[in-house]
Amino acid sequence: MQKYILSVMVKNNAGVLARVSSLFGRRGFNIDSLTVSATTDPKVSRMSIIVQGDEATLEQIIKQVSKLEETIWIDQLWEDESYCKELVFVKVLAETPDARESIREIAEVYNANIVESTHNAIIVELTEVPSRIDAFLDVISNFEIIEMCRSGVTAMVR
Amino acid sequence: MKINGSQILVEVLVEQGADTIFGYPGGSVLDIYDALYKNRDRVHHVLTAHEQGAAHAADGYARATGRTGVCLATSGPGATNLVTGIATAYMDSIPMVAITGNVGTKLIGKDSFQEVYIGGITMPITKHNFMVRRVEELADALRDAFRIAQTGRPGPVLVDIPKDVMVAECEFENKAPLDTTTVFDVKQSDLQRIAAAINEAKQPVLYFGGGVATADAGKELAELMHKANIPAVGTIMAIGVLPVEDPLYMGMIGMHGKVSSGFAVDKADLIVAIGARFSDRVATDPNAFAPNAKVIHVDIDAAEINKNMATDDSLVSDAKTFLQGVLPFVQPREHKEWLAQIADWQQRMDYRPKDDDSVIKPHQIMAAIADMAGEDALIVTDVGQHQMWAAQYSRRNKPRHFITSGGLGTMGFGYGAAIGAQMAQPGKRVIHITGDGSFHMNLNEMCTSVSNNLPIITVLLNNQVLGMVYQWQTMFYGERYAATEPERKTDFVKLAEAFGAHGLRCHDLAGFKQAFAQALQNQGPTVIDCVMDRKERVLPMIPAGKSVRNIVIY
Repeated sequence: MQKYILSVMVKNNAGVLARVSSLFGRRGFNIDSLTVSATTDPKVSRMSIIVQGDEATLEQIIKQVSKLEETIWIDQLWEDESYCKELVFVKVLAETPDARESIREIAEVYNANIVESTHNAIIVELTEVPSRIDAFLDVISNFEIIEMCRSGVTAMVR
Repeated sequence: MKINGSQILVEVLVEQGADTIFGYPGGSVLDIYDALYKNRDRVHHVLTAHEQGAAHAADGYARATGRTGVCLATSGPGATNLVTGIATAYMDSIPMVAITGNVGTKLIGKDSFQEVYIGGITMPITKHNFMVRRVEELADALRDAFRIAQTGRPGPVLVDIPKDVMVAECEFENKAPLDTTTVFDVKQSDLQRIAAAINEAKQPVLYFGGGVATADAGKELAELMHKANIPAVGTIMAIGVLPVEDPLYMGMIGMHGKVSSGFAVDKADLIVAIGARFSDRVATDPNAFAPNAKVIHVDIDAAEINKNMATDDSLVSDAKTFLQGVLPFVQPREHKEWLAQIADWQQRMDYRPKDDDSVIKPHQIMAAIADMAGEDALIVTDVGQHQMWAAQYSRRNKPRHFITSGGLGTMGFGYGAAIGAQMAQPGKRVIHITGDGSFHMNLNEMCTSVSNNLPIITVLLNNQVLGMVYQWQTMFYGERYAATEPERKTDFVKLAEAFGAHGLRCHDLAGFKQAFAQALQNQGPTVIDCVMDRKERVLPMIPAGKSVRNIVIY
């Protein structure tokens, strides 16, 4: 299963989020993340959606979303051809000096920030492209993760 | 001019040419009904027995005319009762505007009496819906609803109006209805490429669906077929687009389509699908559908391309624009061998039911209806075995003369739809063909046809079982008839009479003909109870998920 990033401009009407998510539910499309944000035009919102599937699913998603009355446009974005970032917080169990040191090293490699450090846990913050976040989470998951929170993508064409 | 929301609704209905609407009153729509009462010479409101009947009637009205059907219901249960009717229209791409009242804006979200979030409920079964919150938005929301319902691939749109919006006033100005004809800017190069594929093909088949009926492109389709001697198969939604006598029209394709149609698609080297969507009742096994063919898909809805079946080439266009555009590039061909092969299949393999005048044989009943009611009669069906028999044998030769729930398969669709069709076409005969299962679902609407003196003839194929499911249980479930033999004691003749309609019963072909002749003379509606054997099956049949190679013909 591939991951795809979609940027959708929608009319900022009541219920527009429900309409888009209802479409995904009905058609059986998998959403990894969906964020809605304001634009400079208060009548328009931007949705950044990461979906999973194959090329045929992606084609259907784009066409079905385009059909919605409130969709203004929809575009597929690529990580390397657009600005596209996600934020993640990970709280990792770090009870031994060895563990703390290793977590610090990983954070350094990924340019992640340690935002809090208590006697038994460290909270790491990383703002990155989704694929780098996936890679970071893959490595950090060797430790015991107490809690994780990922923002979903926000993206803009260059 | 300042008028209130209810008056705005009436004004926009008139503006949009909606002279007939179907509905049921209730607390939240009292103000709308007050406005309808004051304007009863401008908008004809038809009261149904149930909101579902109103939705199906609006649908039947739209199918019989091509114009947008309108239904109206109150909040809560009124609105939810429309849901099946809206979904039915959505699945068959029928233009409909459903109007619901809601509780006042201050009561919304409080679980108030008769409150539901009909916007959320109908999101997946409408092209779009509007939750109007201010009277200033109402007129344009209603106009947009008509525009969306009619534009491109048609479909239902719902407008939800809270009670306080109906009484609030604002400035109103009439606007002319928009021309919703979408002009498809089809490229010559696309048409030439598709024409080249048609010209090269040795064994081409056109596969057409409801989109050709919607675009009123039967004439153009026939021109293409006859210019290059290309045989065509149609879906249930396309019945009537081509006359059954057309030698190049092979009839219905799909689960209960003709064997020869299925074989033609199976052996074709080119399929051009026009206004059809490779549904699972046609491409029963999409991997084994047209396995040897290059598949070209022409549809008004881009999202249909590659949805159910991966295609080799495609074009987004309405059927008429495409057919008119491609015709000049298509060269005359004989296709002698291919047509001879098809004729051979038709001769050797097509299913031919045996006549038996001493009992009710569905194919003979359908033929009798076709003969006696004539070419101009509209056939409206419910869903099940009778629907398939009607599709196979009722010989409709004109578009919009066979009205059926194809996509959703809604039992109980027929009577409401027949009311809508009869209201839309008062000069034509409307024949409602149903079964005892489907009729039981919404027979309450008989009171509506009695009140409105509608001469609808219901031909009830009464086999005492839920026949289509019963047939599947016979064939695939070891004759374990779970919940399909209801042992009902309903006397349909007395029932019809109790409603104030005519009731007749028959047990053989001569009896049917006599009853039908009587029904054609009757004032108001008639029900003909045709008592028949429960073992009668719809054939041929391709089992679900299988291909024409597994077709059952005995």
